[in-house]
Amino acid sequence: MIVVDRVTKYYGSACAVRDLSFSIEEGQCIGFLGLNGAGKSTTLRLLSCLLLPTSGRVTIRGLDVEESPDEIRKFIGYLPDTPPLYGEMTVEQFLSFAGRLRGMSADDVNHRMDEVLAVCALKEVRKKAVSALSHGYKQRVGIAQAIIHRPALLILDEPLQGLDPVQIVEMREMIRGLRGKHTILLSTHMLAEIEQTCDRILMLSRGRIAAEGSEEDLANRFGHAGATLELDVRGEADAVRLALEGVGGVKVTDVTATGQMLRVRVSTEGEVREEIAKRIVDAGLGLRGFRTSSAGLENIFVRLSKETESAPSAANAPAASEEAPS
Amino acid sequence: MRNVWLIAKRELGVYLRTPAGYLITAGLLLLDGLAFNVFGVGSSPKLSSAVLQDYLYFAFGLTSVAAILISMRLIAEERQTGTLTLLFTSPVKEHEIILAKFGSALVFVTVMNLLTIYIPLLIFVNGKVSIGHIAAGYLGLTLQAATVLAIGVFGSAISWNQLMAGVVTALIVALLVLLWMVARVTEPPLNKIISYLALFQGHFQSFQRGILRVSDLIFYASIIFFALLASTRVLQSQRWR
Repeated sequence: MIVVDRVTKYYGSACAVRDLSFSIEEGQCIGFLGLNGAGKSTTLRLLSCLLLPTSGRVTIRGLDVEESPDEIRKFIGYLPDTPPLYGEMTVEQFLSFAGRLRGMSADDVNHRMDEVLAVCALKEVRKKAVSALSHGYKQRVGIAQAIIHRPALLILDEPLQGLDPVQIVEMREMIRGLRGKHTILLSTHMLAEIEQTCDRILMLSRGRIAAEGSEEDLANRFGHAGATLELDVRGEADAVRLALEGVGGVKVTDVTATGQMLRVRVSTEGEVREEIAKRIVDAGLGLRGFRTSSAGLENIFVRLSKETESAPSAANAPAASEEAPS
Repeated sequence: MRNVWLIAKRELGVYLRTPAGYLITAGLLLLDGLAFNVFGVGSSPKLSSAVLQDYLYFAFGLTSVAAILISMRLIAEERQTGTLTLLFTSPVKEHEIILAKFGSALVFVTVMNLLTIYIPLLIFVNGKVSIGHIAAGYLGLTLQAATVLAIGVFGSAISWNQLMAGVVTALIVALLVLLWMVARVTEPPLNKIISYLALFQGHFQSFQRGILRVSDLIFYASIIFFALLASTRVLQSQRWR
């Protein structure tokens, strides 16, 4: 659906993304992960027809963004890091305006309205002025305006920014609910979000792709960086430590009591999950939960970011300091 | 035209749903009324046509100020609040955005001006002025408002905030109004060109006197066209940045 071919974008003399190439299939949910200034927002703005690449080519559904921007804009829904909202309108008025602006008829908007209000949990505030809503609701209205016209491509730039934990959970559920209906591009620096929502991760660092693949792919490829597992165990902390003592490459990093249970974090090297489970069960402890912690992705992310920053080779030269081509 | 209507309708809604539109309207009505009583009617006897001309003189200034206040937010506010992104990521052409902004503001200022029509009607009922004089005067006010709004759209398009937009627009309008002074101190043929560009002396004065000249209509239409064209070009260059 999306093909980004050797795209470079300069702002004046500063390079925001350099020689970026990737492709995305229809229906995928892609997470763009990176530190501030890594080039996530620039990449999403390039795909939203808000920026032209300095060099390279971006095609969406076979259409070039330079040649057919208006055609592409019809099937894109975009939520920037600050939701573009008209405060004086009610939620319904605003969504109707956004839908009609993307070419929907008044009848089509009316038919779609209830569905979108339900998906974004906005029914109870449909008649309220947007300016009177809480930050969480405003963010939902931001997503609602991006999906009202049933876009094939949904681009969400930092959709969880500024939300409290409850709102984050609600927003995550909402975004999960949109999977399958749209191709979703999501940028965030919240690792847990990427893990729980996306099929594939593009890690950006200094305007380049530092790594890409599913979380598992990344763990396998960069496994030596160490994955972190999180276990919910019924039993004593000492017994857990003792049970895992002999497993090669495994180190218990943290044990926290949560009621009758223990939450155990272990750093691992290589594929040792079966062995860990066996040891816990053989020791007579109850294994209630077993998952890869976001810290695994975090380790890979931190390592790759550091590697990119510290590698001054031609391929990884600090992009932002380079001069723009004349 | 569909997109122009959509955006213009929303813009008109802003004037009705927020206090700004009501405040500017109230201010204009109050100051127009005061100017009419103090300077138009005054304390010494005058011909009715002189009263109307004096009133139109002040209405020219007040309408220009109201148009600057209305136009300063048109694009700059959208940029400040981030809503320009919504327009830029929608299949809407830049000229449609500009036309919608300009058109809605012009409708609002025209309605505002029409609310002051009771003033010349008072002169018409109690004195001796022609309907043609009143019509020419109000056509002049509408053209003046349209010109300031078009310049205001441009000022708003090139500015990062509303205050800066207001200042830029006020400076351009003030320059165009005061060009007659520059014409006085320049040699021919330059002074002829400069005085032709002077908004009040060169063009509004004939409307003030009840005279309708095609050259004045062409002048106003040209300024409006070029200001809107420049605004469209500015938006086009900003859309991809």
